[in-house]
Order: sequence, then C-alpha cells, then structure tokens
Amino acid sequence: MMSTGLFLQIANPQLDPSTGVFIVATLVKMVIIFTIYMVGVAYSTFAERRVSAWIQDRHGPNRVGPQGFLQVAADGIKNFMKEETYPGYASKALFVLAPGLAFVPAMLTWAVIPFGSPLPTPWGRIDLVVADLPVGFLFTLAISSLGVYGIVLAGWSSNNKYALLGGLRSSAQMVSYEIAMGMSTVCVLLLAGNVSLNQVIAQQAQMGWNAFLLSVACLIFLVAAFAETNRVPFDLPEAESELIAGYHTEYSAMKFSMFPISEYANMITASAMMATLFFGGWDIPFTQWDNTGQFTVLKSFLTFGAFATKVLFFVFFYIWVRWTLPRFRYDQLMSLGWKILLPISLIYVVVIATAVLVLDMAGVTRGPMFGAVLFMINIVLMGALLFILDRGRLISPASSRLDRVRVERLRNVSRGRRTLNHPADKGA
Amino acid sequence: MTIQVKVVERPIEDVSYMRATVKGLALTLKHLVDPHKVTVQYPDERWDISPRWRGTHRMLTTEDGKAKCVACGLCPTVCPANCIKLVPGEDEAGNRYPLVFEIDEFRCIFCGYCQEVCPEEAIHVGRHYENAEYDRKDFVYDLERLTAQQHPVCELWDPADKSGE
Repeated sequence: MMSTGLFLQIANPQLDPSTGVFIVATLVKMVIIFTIYMVGVAYSTFAERRVSAWIQDRHGPNRVGPQGFLQVAADGIKNFMKEETYPGYASKALFVLAPGLAFVPAMLTWAVIPFGSPLPTPWGRIDLVVADLPVGFLFTLAISSLGVYGIVLAGWSSNNKYALLGGLRSSAQMVSYEIAMGMSTVCVLLLAGNVSLNQVIAQQAQMGWNAFLLSVACLIFLVAAFAETNRVPFDLPEAESELIAGYHTEYSAMKFSMFPISEYANMITASAMMATLFFGGWDIPFTQWDNTGQFTVLKSFLTFGAFATKVLFFVFFYIWVRWTLPRFRYDQLMSLGWKILLPISLIYVVVIATAVLVLDMAGVTRGPMFGAVLFMINIVLMGALLFILDRGRLISPASSRLDRVRVERLRNVSRGRRTLNHPADKGA
Repeated sequence: MTIQVKVVERPIEDVSYMRATVKGLALTLKHLVDPHKVTVQYPDERWDISPRWRGTHRMLTTEDGKAKCVACGLCPTVCPANCIKLVPGEDEAGNRYPLVFEIDEFRCIFCGYCQEVCPEEAIHVGRHYENAEYDRKDFVYDLERLTAQQHPVCELWDPADKSGE
C-alpha cells in the first residue's frame, strides 16, 4: 500500500518552476531524453533488420563494425549523401514539410512520459519526466493524432496516385483506430481517477498492472497501437504489393529516411505508452520497495531500467509481429476497427465503469483487493471474448459475414474433420 | 462494401485468427531462438566447389615454362561462343606455337569443350570463379596471364565414372 503522502508528493511539482534549477534540470532532461530516444530509434531500425534476419534463419547486417553495430551510421551517411529528387508539379513546401510533420509528434509525446521514479538531488527532487503535465494523458492523445498529418501531406503533395492512395488509406485507418484506442484508455482513466501519467503509474503500483486489471482494454490498445504506427499487419498505407511504397513513393535520400525514422519513433512511443498505461510504467514488479519510502538515486536508476526493459520488450514485440503476420485486406482492416474493436471497447467501458462503481459502493478500498476483483472479471471477459470472437468473426474471409446456416454447416465440417483426425474420439 | 469478394468456405478452425496468430508467433519465436542458418559468410568462408567446376581458364606449361599449346586450332574451332583467338606461329625446328592466344572470359560460356578437345592437355577450365575486374578489356586473358594462373584445373566428366567418384 502506498501512503496518500506519496500521492501528494507526485501530484505536486517538487521544484519551483520559476527557479533556475528547474530550467536547468528540464534542459538536461530534454537533452538526455532526446539523445537516448534518437539512438533508440536508430538502433531499432538495426534491431528490426537483425531480428527479422534471425527469424528467417539469416544473419542480417553484421559487417559494419562488431556484429554490424555501425550499420546505423553507415545508413545515415548514405542517406545524407544521396541525391534529393523532387517530383514535377509537387507542392514543394508541403513536400518538404511532411517528413518533419511525421516525425515531430512521435517525439513530442515523450515529453510527458515518466521514465523513472523522482531523482533526489541537493537542489531538490527532480521528476524523471520532461514535463509533468497534469493533463499528460490528454496531451499524448492529442499529439498522437497529429502524426497522421505528415503522412497525408506527404501523400497529397507528391502528385502521385500511389502516394495519394497511401495517404488516404492512412488517414482513414488512423482515424478509425484512434477512436478504439481512446475508448480503451478511458478504462485506465476510470481506475486512475486522473489524467496525469504519474498518477496512472501510482495507481498501477498500488492495485496491480492494468494489463491484468483491464486485459481487454490492453488488447484493444495493443491492436490499435499497431494500426496507429502503420506497422504490419496494418501497414496498408505503404502496402508495397499494391501501392509501390505508399505515401513515401516519391521521396528520396534523407527526406525518405525521415519516414522510416518516424515510423520507428512512433513505434517506441507507442511501446512507452503501452508500458506506462498498462504495464506499470517505471514500477518494478513484485515489490513495493520502489514506490514506498524515500526516493534514492539507486531507485531512480532501477526504475528507469524497469521502464526501459518494458519499452524494449514491446519494441521487440512489434518486430516479432511484423515478421509473423501477413497484411490485412483493406475491408478487413476497416471492419475490424469499426465493427469489432469500437463496440467491444464501448461495452468494456460500461462493464468496467459498473464494476468500479459497484466496488466503490461496496466499500472496497482501491488496493490489491480491488485489483483482484477486477482481475477475476477480466479473466471471465477475456475468455468469453476470445471464445466468441475467434470463430471466423474476427477477420471475416470476405466482406459479408457468414450467415447462421452456413456457420452451422461449417461447424459440421469441423466436427467431421476432427473425428477423421482422431479416430479414437469416434469410439469414445 | 460494394466489391463482392468470392467467399471460400472453410471450417471454423481454419478462419480463426487468434489461434493462428499465436501459432505463427510461436513458430517465428522458435526460429528466432533456434535458427537453422544456411548462409555462407562469403568472404570469410566459402563452399567447396565441385572437382568438375568449370571456371577461369588456365594454360598448363611444360617443364621449361613454355605453354603446352601447339596451336593446332581445335579449341577456337570447337568453341561455341567464339571467344578464343589463336594466331599460330612456327619456330626454326618446325614446332608450332601460339603467337597470340587470347580468351575473352566475358564471351566464354564455360562449357569446357576447349579442355576436352585439346590434344596436348594444354588449355583447361579451372576450379576458380573470382575473376572480377574494373575494366571490360581486362577480361581478355592473354597467353601470359593464362599460364600464370595457379588454381587447380577441372576434372572433366568421365564416362566410365558417371557419378564422379
């Protein structure tokens, strides 16, 4: 259990914003976060290539530097040296602006993500978050919706049909999944009772991770995050089999490189959001040591390590999924977003709100007990959800869903096949 | 949706998505942790090439270092790619020798007929394949370059030993 004193400590900024220490501390945090983030983005491209190679029984880039670690630098130099081309009749100003617009929102989100427990210094306690906004969560939602502008503008300004189609697809896709994503996170806010990300983490440290308390929301957020970052299996905007390279068909050199960079930046940001909202942020699991008592430098380092581990795991998960799943068809993508994820998330909000209300009225304090009850509810919901959905409804084989008669017929086929495969069942 | 897609009827377990996803993730993870790599790290390690590999030509020499070639003209005749240029010469003793013997490695199709037809076992195709150059004209090997090659030569297919043992 955490004392209410700590809640207050986290809610109030430790340093007076008017002091010079605050400004210096914020600048230092910005530089550190920017550096780590950019290196992380660069190396996630490298990780993608190596992991994909390992998954496909290849070696991947292992020539430049030890185990290929300087490949990133080689790629960067190559991209800077290459010729920049501009398509004829392109809207030049937007064409140049779009790569930046794609990249900046991904980075802005990091301003509000807490990456460690507060660090005590001789000049006062420093929150390990660049800007501890009281509305941190709303900020991330607002900024992440901006990311689509870069892609849409890139597609539109290129004066190229494939680029335009890619841009249109991405806007449709991102708008659709943004809604399911927002709805799934409403549950998180219900539990935290606050939109400050530090409060969300504090709540999870107290009750248990939201991944267990809000499993369905976690699943929806995960799927929507894949769609938001245009990663496989939702990489329709750059579907190379249909659209050459989608919205960045006409781009070359470093301006082209900005799009992959922004994709990976978005991926890391989405991983960080996933870790913060559903996997306890910088909370170290199985112990209360990190969120009780005095803050120490050691705690700051260890919690940062925990946070980094979680983010890296999700980055790996993104890569892993990319090299496993094929791409959705466009109508499947849309029906998954609008007909399945959105209704489920709406129903889920109602269920969780009811559960929270009932628990509050029953006088259950918000602690491990509260979490355990929610966990039980979620096990039941997850089971029911997967059982109902995973019967040809999640991804329909075509635009029309199967009617009852045909489903029954196919069930009979399944049964027949099962008895064929296991003759022992027949006798039993 | 106005586009009608043909619906292939499949049993329910074949169209389930979650199970297929988990199965796929398990498969890729299995390959990730237990890879079956077959890649040869080329410049560091190479495959052993067959003793019958037909690659870069080599002209064998006699003990005194002269080419074995007697300029009989069989190899330019048999060459299907027409890549051998031979100008015969004759010394005072009446021995024929090649004044000019050039092979255009670009034109050559490495069929090995020249080696097969040679009565003196002079010209050979060799067990060697790394013959990149910076200039097209460097691919025309003259007699000096052909005799200077050191790699092992090809063992042609022997009708008495069909599987090459």
